[in-house]
Amino acid sequence: MATAALPQERKNYLNAEHGLRSWLLTTDHKRIAVLYMISITVFFFVGALYALLIRLELLTPAGDLMQADSYNRVFTAHGVVMVFFFLIPVVPAVLGNFLVPIMVGAKDLAFPRINLLSWYLYMIGGLLVIHVVLTGGIDTGWTFYPPFSTQFSNSRVIEAGLAAFIAGFSSIFTGLNFIVTIHRMRAPGLTWTRLPLFIWAQYATSVIMILGTPVVAITLVLVILERALHLGIFDPKLGGDPLLFQHLFWFYSHPAVYIMILPSMGVISELISAFSRKRIFGYKFVALSSIAIAVIGFLVWAHHMFVAGMSVYAALIFSFLTFFVGVPSAIKVFNWTATMYKGSITFETPMLYAFGFLGLFTIGGLTGLFLATLGVDVHVTDTYFVVAHFHYVMVGGVVMGYLGGIHFWWPKITGRMYPEFWGKVAALVGFIGFNLTFFPQFILGYLGMPRRYYQYPPEFQVLNILSTAGATILGVGYLMPLVYLLWSLRYGEVASDNPWNAAGLEWKTTSPPPTFNFDETPVVDFEVYNYEDLKEIPVER
Amino acid sequence: MGSIPIWPQQASNFAPGTDALYLFLVVVSLVMTVLIYTAIIVLASKYRRKPGVHPVQIEGSHVLEITWSVLPMFFFFAFFAWGAWIYFKERTPPQHANEIYVVAKQWMWKIQHPEGVREINELHVPLGANVKLIMTSQDVIHSFFIPAFRIKQDVLPGRYTIMWFRATEPGTYHLFCAEYCGTLHSGMIGSIIVQHPAEYQTWLNGGSSNAPLAQTGEKLFAELGCVSCHRADATGRGPILNGVFGKQVALEDGRTVLADENYIRESILDPGAKVVVGYKPVMPTFQGLITEEQLSALVAYVKTLSPSRPGQPAVAPGTSAPRGKNE
Repeated sequence: MATAALPQERKNYLNAEHGLRSWLLTTDHKRIAVLYMISITVFFFVGALYALLIRLELLTPAGDLMQADSYNRVFTAHGVVMVFFFLIPVVPAVLGNFLVPIMVGAKDLAFPRINLLSWYLYMIGGLLVIHVVLTGGIDTGWTFYPPFSTQFSNSRVIEAGLAAFIAGFSSIFTGLNFIVTIHRMRAPGLTWTRLPLFIWAQYATSVIMILGTPVVAITLVLVILERALHLGIFDPKLGGDPLLFQHLFWFYSHPAVYIMILPSMGVISELISAFSRKRIFGYKFVALSSIAIAVIGFLVWAHHMFVAGMSVYAALIFSFLTFFVGVPSAIKVFNWTATMYKGSITFETPMLYAFGFLGLFTIGGLTGLFLATLGVDVHVTDTYFVVAHFHYVMVGGVVMGYLGGIHFWWPKITGRMYPEFWGKVAALVGFIGFNLTFFPQFILGYLGMPRRYYQYPPEFQVLNILSTAGATILGVGYLMPLVYLLWSLRYGEVASDNPWNAAGLEWKTTSPPPTFNFDETPVVDFEVYNYEDLKEIPVER
Repeated sequence: MGSIPIWPQQASNFAPGTDALYLFLVVVSLVMTVLIYTAIIVLASKYRRKPGVHPVQIEGSHVLEITWSVLPMFFFFAFFAWGAWIYFKERTPPQHANEIYVVAKQWMWKIQHPEGVREINELHVPLGANVKLIMTSQDVIHSFFIPAFRIKQDVLPGRYTIMWFRATEPGTYHLFCAEYCGTLHSGMIGSIIVQHPAEYQTWLNGGSSNAPLAQTGEKLFAELGCVSCHRADATGRGPILNGVFGKQVALEDGRTVLADENYIRESILDPGAKVVVGYKPVMPTFQGLITEEQLSALVAYVKTLSPSRPGQPAVAPGTSAPRGKNE
C-alpha cells in the first residue's frame, strides 16, 4: 500500500534505469512500445507532410506547384510511409506491445529480445525509406505494379522494396510474439473467454501478420529480381505475367488492411466498455468476428482486380466472398452500439474518439459495399471514390482508434493525465476536418476523377478545394494532441492507478507499471469487463 | 468553377443501369448510416451518467446477433446479383460490333479504325452503334476509362483486353488513363466524340488515306511469308486459318482453346505455346519483328477469313457489318 509516496518516486519502468543505452538495449515491452511510439509518430508526420504537398498541388487543376515526376514521388512516399511504417505497425507495435503482456497478466512478451529486434528492423526499413525519399525517391505508387516498377520506372524501386521487405519481418516478429504470449503466458484463471477483446483483436491480427507478410516479402523479392537481373516473372516481354504480381501482392495487401483495422477495433471495444461501464454486448460474437475477419479476409483479395483483365467467373466469386467479410464488421458495429444500452455513459476524450470511429467506420464500411458490387466497381475503381473509401477506413478507423487508445492509456503509459478540454477540442476538430477532406472525394470519384492525377479537368476544382481546406483542419486536429500530450509529460496532472475506474488487469497495476508489470502474478477469478464489481462512480474531474 | 457537380453525364447503354444500382446503394447506405447515428445519439444521451443510476449488465442476445448478421445478407445478395448482372453484360460483347483496335503507350492512346482511319487521344464513335475495343499496351499497364459511359478496362502489355459499349448521347466526353503509368499519367487523357451516324460517316470519309485495317493485314500476311504455310487448302505446313476465328481448336497436347483475338496474337508471337493437333511446331516467332499496330492488322485480317469461300479470303473493306448503322 503505497499511499503516501508520490508516483514519481515509485519504481516504475520509466525510472528503473536511465540513459540512452538503457533504452536502446531494453527488452522491456513497455519501453519498446515507447520507442515505437516515438518513431511511428515521426513517420506519421513525415507521411502527413507528403499528404499536405498532395493537397496543395491539387488546389488548382493545372500541375503548377511541382513537376509531374515530383508529384508521383510525393504520393508514393505518402503511401509507402503511411502504409508500411505507420498504419500496419501503429496499434500492434505501440498499444499492443505495451498492453498485451499486462492484459494477460504476464511479465513481458514471450520473446523480449525478438521484440527489440523487431523495432530495430522497423527502424532499418524506415531509415532506408527516408534515405530513398531524400535521394531521388520512388515513383511507382505504394503498390509497385510491374512492369512499370520492374522495367520502366527510373526511381529507387529496389531500395524501397527492400525497406518494405525488412519492415515486414518486424511485423512477423511482433505477430509471433503476440501469438505465443497469448497462448502460453496468460495469468492463472485467465481463460480465453475472460480475455479483453483488445487481446482477441491482436491475436487475429497476428495470425494475418504471420500468414500474409511472407507472401508480400517474396513478391517484393521477385520484383527486385526482375528489375535487377531481368528474370522474366511479371513482364510479358520477358515471358512473365503482370496479373500474377497483382494476385500475389493483394493476397497480402488486402488482409493487410485488416492488420490495420482489427487492432483499432480492439481498442474501440475497450473504450466503449469503459465509458459505458458495461460488459461488451455479445462478447463472444465480437471476439469471434475478429477471427472471422482474419479468415475471410484471406479470400477476397482479387476484388482489387475486377477491371485488371481477370476472368469474369473469378470476378463473380471474389465479389460474392467480399460481401461476407462485411458481416463480421457489421456485427461489431451493432454490438458496440448495443453496449451503450442501459449503460452509464460519460464523454471523455477517448469516448469521443470511439464515437468518431463508429461514425467514420460506418461510412467507410458501407462504401466498401459499393466497391464489392461489380457493376459499380468498374466505374469507381482507381478513382477518388476508392481513395475516399480507404481513408475513411484507414484514417477514420485506424487513427481514430489509435488516438482514442493513446488518450485512454496515456495515464498508464506516462503516469500523467492529458488536458481533457484540449483533448475534446482536438477530437472534434479532427472529426470535422476528416469529413471535409474525404467526403468530397466520394463525389469526385463518382464523377470520374482518377487517382494519382496531378492535373485534372477544371470541373473538379471546387471539390478539390473543399478537400484541401478540410486537410488543413485535419492537420490541426493531429498537431494539437502532439503538443498537449508532450506538454502533459511535464505539466499534466499526476495520474492515479485507475483514473477511469476501468476493468482490466492493466488498471490493477501502478501508473506507470513497474518493470515486470505486477509485483505479484495476478490471479483472475473474475469475468472480463466486470463493471458490476466496480460499482462506485468516479468523482467528476 | 461555379456550382458543384455531383453527377456525371450519362452517355452509354451502361450508364443508366450503373447509376440506378449506385443510387440503390446510396439509399441503403444512407438509411443504415442514419439508423446507426441515431441509435448512437439516442443511446448516448438517454444513458449518459446520472447520479444514483447504475448500468445494467447485459450478456447479449442470440436473437439479435442472428438478426443483424442475416438481415444485411439479403441486401448483400441483392447488391451482388445486380452488380454481377451489369458486369456480365459489360464483359460480353455483342456478336456484331464495330471493332476498333487500341494501342496504349506511355503516354498516349493510339486508335485504329477498321476503315484505316487512325487517331491519337481521340476516338470518334457513331451514336447508337455497338463498338468493341480490342486493346493492348506497348509498355506498362494502362486503363481505358470513360466516366460518362461508366466503363473501365485495364490495358495490359502482352495480351488483348476487350471492352464494348453503345453510345447513347452525342457529345464529347473525357477519356482518362485510370491505371498509374508513370510521369505523364494524368496527361494520358483524350476525348470520346459521339456523332450522329451521318456526321460520323462524313468524318470517316474525310479522315484518312490509309488502307482498311484488314487489307493492311493481308499485305503483311503476304510480306511476312505467312501465306506460304497458312494456305486456304490443306496443302500448307500450317493450319488453315479460314473460318478459324471464334471456333474451338484442338491442340497437340489434348486441350482445346477458343480461337479469339488473344489466341491469334499468342500464336504469332509465341507459336510453340499452343500447337494445333496434327501440326509440327515449325513456325518461327514474330516477337520483336512486328509492332503492336501491325499485329492488330494481322488479327483483323485473320478474323475476316471466311470459311464459306475456301481459297478466297473474304477481305471486304471494313468489317462485315456496315459501320454506324447497326443500332
